[in-house]
Amino acid sequence: MKTIKEIAEIIDGKVLCCHEKSDRHIEHAFASDLMSDVLTVEMDNLLLITGLANLQAIRTAEMSDISFIIFARNKKINSDIIALAEETGIMLIESPFSVFRISGELYKAGVKPVY
Amino acid sequence: MQFKYKIAGGDFTNAGNASSAVKKILKQLNVDHTVSKHIVVALYEAEVNIVAHAYSGVIEVNIDKNQIHIILDDKGPGIADIDQAMEEGYSTASPQVREMGFGAGMGLANMKRNADKMLISSELGKGTKVELIHYLKPDEG
Ligand SMILES: Nc1ncnc2c1ncn2[C@@H]1O[C@H](COP(=O)(O)OP(=O)(O)OP(=O)(O)O)[C@@H](O)[C@H]1O
Ligand SMILES: [Mg+2]
Repeated sequence: MKTIKEIAEIIDGKVLCCHEKSDRHIEHAFASDLMSDVLTVEMDNLLLITGLANLQAIRTAEMSDISFIIFARNKKINSDIIALAEETGIMLIESPFSVFRISGELYKAGVKPVY
Repeated sequence: MQFKYKIAGGDFTNAGNASSAVKKILKQLNVDHTVSKHIVVALYEAEVNIVAHAYSGVIEVNIDKNQIHIILDDKGPGIADIDQAMEEGYSTASPQVREMGFGAGMGLANMKRNADKMLISSELGKGTKVELIHYLKPDEG
């Protein structure tokens, strides 16, 4: 099983906050831009891949007990978003790759889908 | 124990603050993690619905030993056909709301799935009232 640090490397990712989680292992990931879709997932400690970079993505992750978010395609992540993620303990990574490519790379690396 | 939160329609910056506060309270009260997740997911969907679809609202959270009873009362356009609104995929969300990542038409169905009991009443042109009841012991209800 890959750690989140190894996963960040695979996707040219830059960690924006919560480095203390770098050694955590990632078993499952889910990709969506629809917050209600994310909120149907029961599994905890998930990694979310999304193109939606706003405060509600963080709030949604908080409610769903999602611990890691990868933002695709270099979205502008403002300091309010990072501050809320720090407060709620959600690790943020930005990647220049698309949701499709990130998902493909993670799948290849052995990260499992939820469905 | 009772807590009250005021919600402003259209304010996506603060949407979720009430749900986040309730999540912290439930953690302090040592509520079972799965039960707590069901509560905050349903509450968050309901809170976002006020922000997305109504003008203003009040959330009242009543916690006692056995259950948590949440009442979300908003001033807004109301819901013409509640059965239709409950259908997955039905949404009247504006383009702005969709840009925020909402508007899949899944929120009400999500709330119903997570709550032990859900009641909705609405008056067109006045507002909507949603009640969510969760039992705090995982095996009850
Ligand atoms: N508080 C409310 N006031 C007025 N209309 C509402 C309210 N809550 C829900 N509705 C109506 O019911 C529809 C369905 O709500 P639901 O929460 O299921 O989906 P949504 O909010 O449109 O999208 P999603 O929740 O998936 O982001 C809404 O589009 C809206 O027309
Ligand atoms: Mg909704």
